[in-house]
Amino acid sequence: MLKISSAPHIHTTKTVPDIMKDVVIALLPAGLAAIVFFGLSALLIIITSVASCVLFEYFFGKYVFKTGNSTTDYSAIITGLLLAYNLPSNFPLFFVLIGSFVAIVVTKMCYGGLGKNIFNPALVGRVFLFISFPVAMSRWPQPYFLDFFNMDAQTAATPLGILKHIDASTSATSLTTSASDLPEYWQMFVGYTGGSLGEVSSVALLLGFIYMLYRKVIRWHIPFYYIGTVFILTGITWLITKDVRYEPITHILSGGLMLGAIFMATDYTTSPMSLNGKIFFAICCGVLTVVIRLFSGYPEGVSFAILIMNAFVPLIDRFFVPHHYGAKK
Amino acid sequence: MPKINTFPLGGIHIAKEKLTALSPIMDAGVPEYVYIPIKQHIGSPAKILVNKGDKVKIGTLLADADGICSADIHSSVAGEVVAIEPTEGADGYYENMITIKTAPDEYEPDIDTRTEIIRDIPEREVIIHKILHSGIVGLGGAGFPTPIKINIPQNKKVKCLIINGIECEPYLTADERLMAEKAEEIIIGAKILNKALGIQNAIIALDQNKPEVIEIMEKISKVYVGVNVKICATKYPQGGEKQLIKAITGKEVPSGKLPMDVGCIVQNAATAFAVYEAVQKNKPLYERIITISGDECRHPANYRVRIGTPAEYLIEKSGGISPQVTQIIYGGPMMGASIVNIKAPVNKLIGGILLLSDQKAQKLPMGNCIRCGKCADSCPMGLQPYLIGKFVQNNLIEATKSCYAMDCIECGCCAYVCPSSIPLLDYCKIAKAELKRKN
Amino acid sequence: MSELIYTNIFVLDGVALTAAVILYFVSKKFKSKSNPKVEQIEQCLPQVNCGACGKVGCHDFATACSKSTEEEFSKLYCPVGGLTVMNKIATLLGYEEQNKKEKRIAVLRCNGSCENAPAQKIYDGIFSCQIAATVSSSPNGCPDGCLHLGDCVRACPFQAIQIDEKTSLPVINPDKCTACGVCVRTCPRQLFEIRPINKKGEQVYVACRNRQKGAIARKNCKVACIGCQKCSTINSTIKVKDNLSYIPTTLSAEKYGKELSEICPTKAIVYRKITNIKEDADA
Repeated sequence: MLKISSAPHIHTTKTVPDIMKDVVIALLPAGLAAIVFFGLSALLIIITSVASCVLFEYFFGKYVFKTGNSTTDYSAIITGLLLAYNLPSNFPLFFVLIGSFVAIVVTKMCYGGLGKNIFNPALVGRVFLFISFPVAMSRWPQPYFLDFFNMDAQTAATPLGILKHIDASTSATSLTTSASDLPEYWQMFVGYTGGSLGEVSSVALLLGFIYMLYRKVIRWHIPFYYIGTVFILTGITWLITKDVRYEPITHILSGGLMLGAIFMATDYTTSPMSLNGKIFFAICCGVLTVVIRLFSGYPEGVSFAILIMNAFVPLIDRFFVPHHYGAKK
Repeated sequence: MPKINTFPLGGIHIAKEKLTALSPIMDAGVPEYVYIPIKQHIGSPAKILVNKGDKVKIGTLLADADGICSADIHSSVAGEVVAIEPTEGADGYYENMITIKTAPDEYEPDIDTRTEIIRDIPEREVIIHKILHSGIVGLGGAGFPTPIKINIPQNKKVKCLIINGIECEPYLTADERLMAEKAEEIIIGAKILNKALGIQNAIIALDQNKPEVIEIMEKISKVYVGVNVKICATKYPQGGEKQLIKAITGKEVPSGKLPMDVGCIVQNAATAFAVYEAVQKNKPLYERIITISGDECRHPANYRVRIGTPAEYLIEKSGGISPQVTQIIYGGPMMGASIVNIKAPVNKLIGGILLLSDQKAQKLPMGNCIRCGKCADSCPMGLQPYLIGKFVQNNLIEATKSCYAMDCIECGCCAYVCPSSIPLLDYCKIAKAELKRKN
Repeated sequence: MSELIYTNIFVLDGVALTAAVILYFVSKKFKSKSNPKVEQIEQCLPQVNCGACGKVGCHDFATACSKSTEEEFSKLYCPVGGLTVMNKIATLLGYEEQNKKEKRIAVLRCNGSCENAPAQKIYDGIFSCQIAATVSSSPNGCPDGCLHLGDCVRACPFQAIQIDEKTSLPVINPDKCTACGVCVRTCPRQLFEIRPINKKGEQVYVACRNRQKGAIARKNCKVACIGCQKCSTINSTIKVKDNLSYIPTTLSAEKYGKELSEICPTKAIVYRKITNIKEDADA
């Protein structure tokens, strides 16, 4: 029997699961780096997070929201991976479950599933955990190169934590650090420093970025303008004050900036549609990140910056409409 | 390396699949019956002049243009009119058609059937008269009667004639082959149009992926004053009128205006050839080149087809319908229409018949919009199809007006790129239809 | 510490006070002047903004009512709210109450179910009758028949229409239908008609819109009207035009219904009796 349908009769073969698969592949190097530096405990967290995200999506989609099985689009895997990458490797596994519940059920499925959430699910999960369990979320284990079974409780400071506490004026002297505690640039670049699982290794994240660019999953604008803004703002402050706390290269290589700029600010659903909107969004994220890092009590501001800007996306979309052919001037 | 022109907004790169780019044009022959629709253009249907039982020759006027926006219909075969009645068309709707039982070819006496090229261009009045009485319409697909298009109002000024030789739809090669084989005729056709418009220059826009045509055209255009070849990037929809004007002249046709408002007239290459034939050879438009192709077509080819030939006849000629064929399309895969009735005749506007397999022409179930923005990035008109889609889904037709839904050229880029298989083009069409109905 | 608390209280109260003052003046300045009568009328109306009365929405209708003279008012009618609502408005305006009108519901003038008109092609596209109608006549070949894609279901403001799973034709729930006419305007094939239903719940109508010649129509659909004129022999008000019969709404279903449905050779004429119909409150 012949089929009849409306034009166009051919379609791209790149569907949502294909795009999501590409993102998962792009996220893998960072996961490998995490296992290399933090051992099997990192793997355990990644597995727990991904599995719980997928299971939550499956059960809630099937039995609570009755929207059917939506796990086939791979987006739950991405959320799981991103959530795990935002946690320290010694994080209690039960708390991971709470995080994935908040991420998948509260942030995504309550809003209607993929494409309808306002905030990035993994980031909400992370911020929820960060606010609920601040101590567990700020104890970073010491990295060891290829020492899989190292489970000792020795903690290390993150480069940003070190920067935050260089200032000796605080009364808590035990927290005071000095510039000499900072790791070398190469250590920060490959990920041989304290920090969350996925965010430490800039090189692995950049590999993922290049892969996504190659597969045309994202455009280069958001990561470039985001990181660029952070670099320029901290750089200017550094040039004026000559204070090591504002040293730009440390700022872009450490913390969640790379992970946030490459994988979370570029999330389709929670970023603006038009190119100019994307650039504006990225610059605002960058400004907010720098403001939070330099002037607030938190050492890290990427997740807050992106979440705050997520809330502005509908407004940005309304304001930055693309040039329309034949528009009256 | 010559400059490559293109339009800046949107556009997509599709696999070209030009299977028949090198197969020369063959004559399709004459079927037993032809069915000639009396409306093959935009506007009012033509007035039927013949009666049942009349004997007709090739080129006999069957129906006369009725009103301002209409076109003449001529017989494409010699034979006898056996019926004038509503007949099932390609989309299943019944329309008035003249059925002719064919006899051996016999031409109207003033048609010049010799093959040599006639280079002397007659006077302007003669040209306009001949174009008016040869039933020429825009052969690119829209079917706007050419006599109206070249009749420029007093207050408008046209500076540039663009011959559209870009066939950006996948599979179709009818224009490409015509340009390769009849390059000089097309250029003379362009000069005739030039004279009719009272201007001196014509630009032949060609697609980058037609090296053979570019070479021939560049060689011949050197002989003719004022004819230039410009090369455009291979990008869909480069052949769209507005996109082509932007690429060639850098001007944008204002929203709701015509190309002549920016001083341009765009004519299809096949139309230019038809103009040549009509003016120099007195041959009305009764045949055209049609590509039969598709991934399930056994013998893809380019045919010279008499208007009114049933699609079935052409499909049989190129190997028949294999069991894998699930869609038959009149026109290209991006903008063409899938047909219900394969006995339906081809008309002046159809550039190709495609036989597609289920794998190729599959529609996946629609998913959620993931706000990837690919539709807006690919829209050559700079619209936001996802927004129009959302408005239509929620029955907010009025709101689509502020998204310029009326400017949609229905190229289908948005629906092609959508990873969630959302039928965005259909939503735009609904918005346009509803807005038109309300005004 | 206490200093901090006082500062906080002072600052926050200050902000609240300033905001309150600004809001007070803004609300004074931009207060919309509305006619109290219009508001009262609007409260009586069903507030679904269906547009069945011919006005843009309920507010527009209320404005029209409030401005109308008694003669003009008798021409205004809210088909959704029915007589109850109109009488309420009449009392508000001090006009005389209107008489009861016959109950009317929408009927579908097509019976091209999967069985009667089997599909010959597969439609593979968006669920929109409007688009399907531009793509092709219909998978079953009838250029005037139901497309089964449910534009009417989505358009109905009262959820009175549902697609029957067996026949895939839309079915109108006579209890919920208010004869608002949205479906009439929505259907790309104009298949719906608002027809009266008599006191016994009887209706008779031609369930076909196909204007093709009998043989062609019959080829695609078993129950198509073939324009045989048999029905017009029973009552001369039944007219056959373009191979299609039309039974006027004024024809008594009680008197002719049974006879008509029996004489129709293709069973295109539907005579039905809707029992247990929920009466309007004003009946």
